[in-house]
Amino acid sequence: MTDTFQLDGATVPFEEGQTVLQAALAAGQYIPHLCYHPEFKPHGSCKLCTIKVNGRTAASCTMPAGAGLNVESDTEELNVLRSTLVQMLFAEGNHFCPSCEKSGNCMLQALGYDLEVHTAGFRHMYPDRPVDASHPDILLDFNRCILCELCVRASSEVDGKNVFALSGRGITKHLIVNAESGLLKDTDIALTDKAMQVCPVGVILKKGVGFSVPIGERRYDKSPISAQALQDAPRGPEASGNCDACEDAP
Amino acid sequence: MNANLETAAHPENLRRVAIDPVSRVEGHGKVTLLLDENDHIHQVRLHIVEFRGFEKFIQGRPYWEAPVMVQRLCGICPVSHHLAASKAMDMIVGATLTPTAEKVRRLMHYGQILQSHALHFFHLCSPDLLFGFDSDVAKRNIVGIAAQYPDLAKQGVLLRKYGQEVIRVTAGKRIHGTGSIPGGVNKNVSIEERDYLLKDVKQIVAWSKDAVGIARQLFEQNLDKYSSFGTFKAHTLNLVRADGAMDLYHGGLRARDMDGNTLFDHYDYCHYWDVIFEDVKTWSYMKFPFLRSLGPEQGWYRVGPLTRVTQSDFIPTPLANQARMSFLAFNGGSAASATLGTHWARLIEMLHAAEQIEELLHDSDLQGTDLVSKGERQERGVGVIEAPRGTLIHHYKVDENDQIVRCNLIVSTTHNNHAMNEAIRSVARQYLDGKKLTEGLLNHIEVAIRAFDPCLSCATHALGKMPLEVELLDAEGGRVDMLTRASDGIFCSPG
Repeated sequence: MTDTFQLDGATVPFEEGQTVLQAALAAGQYIPHLCYHPEFKPHGSCKLCTIKVNGRTAASCTMPAGAGLNVESDTEELNVLRSTLVQMLFAEGNHFCPSCEKSGNCMLQALGYDLEVHTAGFRHMYPDRPVDASHPDILLDFNRCILCELCVRASSEVDGKNVFALSGRGITKHLIVNAESGLLKDTDIALTDKAMQVCPVGVILKKGVGFSVPIGERRYDKSPISAQALQDAPRGPEASGNCDACEDAP
Repeated sequence: MNANLETAAHPENLRRVAIDPVSRVEGHGKVTLLLDENDHIHQVRLHIVEFRGFEKFIQGRPYWEAPVMVQRLCGICPVSHHLAASKAMDMIVGATLTPTAEKVRRLMHYGQILQSHALHFFHLCSPDLLFGFDSDVAKRNIVGIAAQYPDLAKQGVLLRKYGQEVIRVTAGKRIHGTGSIPGGVNKNVSIEERDYLLKDVKQIVAWSKDAVGIARQLFEQNLDKYSSFGTFKAHTLNLVRADGAMDLYHGGLRARDMDGNTLFDHYDYCHYWDVIFEDVKTWSYMKFPFLRSLGPEQGWYRVGPLTRVTQSDFIPTPLANQARMSFLAFNGGSAASATLGTHWARLIEMLHAAEQIEELLHDSDLQGTDLVSKGERQERGVGVIEAPRGTLIHHYKVDENDQIVRCNLIVSTTHNNHAMNEAIRSVARQYLDGKKLTEGLLNHIEVAIRAFDPCLSCATHALGKMPLEVELLDAEGGRVDMLTRASDGIFCSPG
């Protein structure tokens, strides 16, 4: 018999080994999230998927599902906190959606719309983050990095290359590449790497693609991120999921 | 009265009157007048008080971002920047456009011309022209027009809407779309989209034709005033097709002096800097371009609808060309040389754009699927287009890492900077000098500026070494001190 827990009053079945987020998505219940990716071990860093379990906060992507849990997610209190987290991400980097080629395909932007974030809400920090255009085929625009570490995980766990890492602490934490020169051209990254596909924002880009997909045909033009997350969700604890975002990636 | 009116000999003893902001224009600017105790005018200047930095902050960005980023200069004619940057990037990627790509871009551009010209005439200028320059200020606006001329106001709104829909179909959005990309376009026009636009196009052509009739009627009713108002002689610059026809999307540069003598013709715009240079002045963020062969003092020129309609050999659509002939012949050519003739010329162009849209919609190349091309990579790209307000130049240099390292934009309104100053000085001499200033009289200055449909936000983008002048005034307005920074960045205080 499958165990269940309660999510915002609905009964959600789960299998042993599933997290609250995995079980919820598999059951058609959306919990906003950003650094979670169905093909990677949950990381719990962005905190967008924060829920309340029996009155205490937890990251739903790392919280194991348990029988009889009482989970709150779609509440005003939590959605305000999520909106604030998204606002902080926008304020911390340089996210100029109007001229960003990832616009319409960007998870951060899509979440912003989904959570009705209309302004950054905080004073922009305007960090100075020069782009790394040294590689002939790949552009790194650090201005948009949200430190989700998906590229770090993909390069390490799937590509076996360790091209990316995070360096520094606190507000100075930033993405670096594994080369003495500090330049992408001196790494062994390739266009076919998984690390090329997983960036939820517009940091890791294939050069020359730009705005080749017309408005109306971009990923989040078609349906909101909440609907697409449910389509992509893995259906079992061992399933890898079907990430259309990765498949759409150049 | 100081004959040239640009700089008063002794400004410290003069009274200052400012029109701030200039209204019913795109962007923010102001006009200052310096008058003596007898209300005689000694100085008239159009100042651009906005500050932009696009030429600087595009540096370091990948070249394919330019057509989308730089169009944010403007919310009225972003398509012009989108296409001029795309044309420059076509050179960077070594592309020769496919027929589908060029025709989709042209359609986008004609949609832009249509909506921008409609906006300007119906929303911004018709209150001056239909009610009178010094009519009741409370009524002299688009709301007043809607109340007294509801059909006309409706036509203005629907003409603009149609142009915006053409842009949406080709660029993906009505404002700030992404349709044009280096080497081509990212979408064609589907049969459904074509049929949607075809549905109303005949009405749009008819209304555009009627609008030309309104311009003629206004001239007929106010012949003396319209022929002389703010009128001055100017050299001209515009793009023309190889056969001399008006071409708003592509061509060679043609410059003529104020007597109609050709200075250069079919000049390859890729080397524009050999014939055009930009001067700077301490009192404006906007540069002052001039024709090199005539020098900074005498080489200023006029661009835009009046220049294009009068200096092209013909317009390649029948109704607009017929309207052009009638315009040129009107009252011995008085409209064609008048500042207010710009309105008439603008509406002839609107008719031309409507005809071009209709023609293109019947062209099956719009449904083609060969959208993008590329060839040998280049390091320098220049894109020039005839924007609604005049010739627009985009120039980029891109390094081996695909990053833009240099950008120069010469925007239509910048070309017209000196010409606009000439127009308002002419109006000041004609209407204001020696008179007690009233709102109605001051509006005459604005009417002259509006004739150029200036886009002041587009036109100011210099950064770094822009010359500045700061004055410290006492309570009576007398100058206590002044500090100037020259174009070489050096500060000096005259003491």
